[in-house]
This record gives sequence, C-alpha cells and structure tokens, in this order.
Amino acid sequence: MPPLVSIQGLSVAFNGMPVLRGVDLTLQKGEALGLVGESGSGKSVTWLAALGLLPRHAQVSGSVRLDGRDILGAPAAELDQVRGGRVAMIFQDPASALNPVLTIRKQLCESLALHRDLSGEAVKAEARRLLDLVGIPDAARRLSAYPHEFSGGQVQRIMIAMALAGNPDLLVADEPTTALDATIQAQILELLASVRREMGMAMVLISHDLGVVAENCDRVAVMYAGRIVEEAPANQLFADPVHPYAQGLIGALPPLDGPRRRLTAIPGTVPDPAMMPSGCAFAPRCALATEQCTPAAPSLAPIADGRTVACVRAETARRALLGVAAE
Amino acid sequence: MSPPLVEVSAISRSYSMRSGMFGRSAAVHAVDGVSLTIRRGETLGLVGESGSGKSTTGRIVLGLEPPDRGGVKFDGKPMAAPGTREWRAQRVRMQMIFQDPLGALDRRLPVAAQIREPLDIHGLGTPAEREERLRELLRAVELTQAHGARYPGALSGGQRQRIVLARALATKPDFLVCDEPVSALDVSIQAQVVNLLADLQAQLSLTLMFISHDLRVVRQISTTVAVMYLGRIVELGSADDLFARPEHPYTQALVSASPAPGRRSAGRIVLAGDPPNPAARPIGCAFHPRCPRAIARCASEVPVLSAVGGDRQVACHLVTGPQAETRDAA
Repeated sequence: MPPLVSIQGLSVAFNGMPVLRGVDLTLQKGEALGLVGESGSGKSVTWLAALGLLPRHAQVSGSVRLDGRDILGAPAAELDQVRGGRVAMIFQDPASALNPVLTIRKQLCESLALHRDLSGEAVKAEARRLLDLVGIPDAARRLSAYPHEFSGGQVQRIMIAMALAGNPDLLVADEPTTALDATIQAQILELLASVRREMGMAMVLISHDLGVVAENCDRVAVMYAGRIVEEAPANQLFADPVHPYAQGLIGALPPLDGPRRRLTAIPGTVPDPAMMPSGCAFAPRCALATEQCTPAAPSLAPIADGRTVACVRAETARRALLGVAAE
Repeated sequence: MSPPLVEVSAISRSYSMRSGMFGRSAAVHAVDGVSLTIRRGETLGLVGESGSGKSTTGRIVLGLEPPDRGGVKFDGKPMAAPGTREWRAQRVRMQMIFQDPLGALDRRLPVAAQIREPLDIHGLGTPAEREERLRELLRAVELTQAHGARYPGALSGGQRQRIVLARALATKPDFLVCDEPVSALDVSIQAQVVNLLADLQAQLSLTLMFISHDLRVVRQISTTVAVMYLGRIVELGSADDLFARPEHPYTQALVSASPAPGRRSAGRIVLAGDPPNPAARPIGCAFHPRCPRAIARCASEVPVLSAVGGDRQVACHLVTGPQAETRDAA
C-alpha cells in the first residue's frame, strides 16, 4: 500500500540557520504517529514546512508527497485543497485560533463552504452535526455563541469540529492538550481516538508529553535538534529505547507508581542552532559518546523490524540499558 | 516524628468578581476552610486543576495575602501582619519560587546582583560575607561565576530557574513554597531541577510546599500530598500510598487521567464536564455534578475531610472509615 504521506530529506533554515536538518517520515493511511522531543527540536516545524505554513523567509528543501503528489512548493490553489481539506491541523492554543467576534456557526460554516459542496440549510445542518459529534451539548443553540462563551476544553472541541469539516485523511494535532487541565486532557484525547476510529483518519500527534504519545499512537518518532534520532512502535520505544537521548527522556520521567528512584537527568541543554556541534548533535550531552560520534552525524539505520535509530553507539546503548535494568 | 513547622487552620479567602460589565458582583471562594500541617524537613505536595485554589493557599501560607478567616502559624507563632517588623523577620525564613523564572527576574540586572538582593534587603552580613555567600549559592545550584555575570536573557530556562532558586535560598530560609517550579521546563531539564531541589532539601533540611498540576513530579518530591478541588482539600495522605490507592473519586480520575508510557488508555476514568466555575459552586459536594458515583446525599450535604484509616483523610460521603463514623457522631 502506498503511504499517505512520505517526507524525504525535509530541511528548513531560518536566515541561514538550520532548524530542521533532513527529516524522513512516512505515514500510512489511518495510522497514528507520535512526534516527541523538547522545544526547538523541530516537531512542529516539520509539519508547518510540509504544509507550506512557514513564513516566506524560511528556506525549505526536500520533498513531501501526499498520495504520491509532491506538495512542497505547490501553487497556492493546490495547497488550499490540501490544507483544511485533506490535511487538517489543530494547535495548542485553541482560543487564539478562533475569531473572537464571529459566532461559532459563522466560522464552522466558512470551513464547510470552502471544502465541501454544501450550501444553504445543508451547511447549517452539517455544522450542527459536527458540533454534536465533538460532544458540545445543546449544539443547535450553542452554534450562535461566541468563542469566549466556551471553556478551554470546549474551544478545543470546536477546533476539532472545524478540522473535521473538510473530511480530512490526516489530522496534525500540535500539542492539542498541553494548555488543558488533566481531566479535560483525558476528554479531548478520548474524543480524538473515537473520531479517528469512526472516520479512519490518520493522525500525527505532536507532544512533549511522552505519556500522551505512548497511549495514543501506534508509532513514535523521537526528534532532537532538527533530526529524527529514533523511530519505533510505541510500546517498543517505551519498553526498550535504544538511542541514548530516548533513554534519557524516558529516564527523566518520574514514575507514578512503584519505588521512587532518582531521576536520570540529561546533563546540559539543547544545542543552539547557530552553534550546532559537528557530528551527532547529542554527543556533547551523551554519556556514551566517543570520538566515533564527532566526524559525521549518524543517519537513521534499521535495527529491527519497524525500528530505526541514528546512533553509532546503538549496540552499546542497548547493552547499557540492559545493564541498568539488571541491577 | 518531627514537630510541625507550618500549621494552617481552616483558612478561607474569597474575592469578589463581577460577571459582565454591569453584572452583580459575586463572591468567589478561592480557598474554603483549608487546614494543613507541614512537618520540618518534609514536603507537602498540593495538586489540583486550575482554579482549585492551590496557588492562593500558597500565597496565604507565605503571608503574601491575609486569609478572611482562619490562621497560619509558622514555627509555633502566628503570622504577623504584612509590613510589620515581625512579619519581615518571619519572611526571611520563608521564600517562594514561581513557574515563570523570566518573569521573576529583572532582565536589566546581572543575575548575581539579583541573588544578592535579599541579603542587602534584610541586611545580612558584611559586604564581603555577602560576596562569599553569593559564590556559595551559585555553587549550590551548580552554576559558575560566569553565569552570575550574565543577564537573564542570556541564560536557558533551566539555568534561570536555578538562579531563582539560589535567590530564594540566599537568606537561608527554613521553608520554601514552590508554585509550579518546573512546569515551563522541558522533561530533561525538569529532571535536573527536581533532582537539585531534592538534594538541596536534604542538605539544608528545608521544608517545602510544592504546588503543581503534574502528579508525577509531585509524587517524586513529596512526603504528603493534598488534592484540592474548588477551594477545598478532598484527599490528603502520604504520597506513595495516595497515588497507589486513591480513595476520592476525583483523585481516582486524576490518577487515571495521568498518561503513562506502557499503559494503554483502556479503563481510564474520563470525567464528564468541566470543572465548575468557582463563582457558582455546586451545593453539597462541589464534585458531585461530575462524579460517576454521586448519590442523593452528595447534592445536599458538604462532605467533611475525615480520617479513613492510616494517615489518609478523605472528604467524600461514599468513602468512610472507622474514625469517620465517630466524628459524625460527635
């Protein structure tokens, strides 16, 4: 089966400063892919670049294929069919994505009119159906309300309804629950899962929260300093991370049950894009780094079925982890 | 067991809030009858969602805001009125750390000068001693002299939070209130700061109040945990036990909502609805409109926080222990 989306060698630079340095990703129809990494690792930029949403001064290269057609640098008319139509996006701060002076009906009907061949009463009926679908109670009446009349969780539900307006094949959710309280986060994640089941939609879930990604995705890619450093099925990544950075991220997460242990903090900080170390970008913070790591950046190499890692010390890293586990 | 350093008895604090431009003002009970004890050298974790009153509780405990009712005792003595000499003497011994380190620092002043400022304000030591103390503090938070000469803008988020921590420790406080100190930091940096805080607490025998919405971080650092919902404590107990066996339906939902790698979302408790508006507090148990187990009594009668065995206290009509009955009878 051809992949839904295939990204090859995607690179982005702002004013000559590279922020994304060759990202390869494929996404099958209906699949849920998680992207994790710290701020500045390029998780959001990957998708903003793929959909042509970056400002003009960004230099983007590589290829992004949607159903085999290259959409990177495609004319605006073609992109307008893709964005909001085949690929929809929701963001962390839903309140700022809605127009505060228009009713929800106006805004929902606008995206329906753009992406669906509906008119008149049919648009309004569809708007009501979508609002019902995302669990806004009393949808018929609430359509006339303004964004400020809804709570944070409800506004994110409305954003999801708007994203679904174009019947997308792919939903890119960029930190969709980060601004929400824990119990509301659980509601939104459940809504996303049920919508995906119903519509057979693929999803890219961008999050800094490993737990959120682990529970809601089939496959996870870990990003560091503008590159993917490890990619694996979700359950395998969290049970047996191979890249030292992935190991560090998981070790830094305090457990909620079992004995308390000292957190394994990764020393140092993320490198400045202007002063990227030569070779592996993680080497300066890595406990296993040797002179092998500095000449050239390691590329993603397969280590098992469906698993790839960009680390020349992958074998050692794996043994080190097993050693720790055996203690 | 060590003696209590901080004793909070039945504090309440309400604000008046106007709904709309011409609306009538209504009282919002941000904190409603909260009692707590924090023993020397221990950490009390305060968890809850936005609007649950955890930050207001922290501010009242520090004396940054007076309570409407109830009182706070620090080291056996009641908190003095803000602005008085006694209050300043007490405040030297208690400090606060906030979520946003950049907002808590002056961008136009080298960070070393900001760490020394509390020493100057409280007139502690000679200028030479203050310089020495400054070097000591930078070392304690694992930063160098060179970091001290920089401006906040030239430091990373984790480094800035270390500076804020160094400044809070300058006056050698006994008690530190940390309000979401690591929420704005990336996971790997969060682990550095949590480890540092735990080390410093052990070295300096600090007593902490740790406010956060992140259950994992709270469990990592706390001895005792209090769960707040709409201005009240709904459950209180030792950290490990509380998260392993939550009793209150709200705590159960919170623990279940905390995603964990290696666990699929099957069996998660998803609460219906939003946390209610603090200005329109439901009658009876504030949690009952969202509670999956609510009974008729929950809609009329406010449950009292009572012991249910061990060191656990729960405010729920459905959770009763041996002591709860006797308290009801008395």
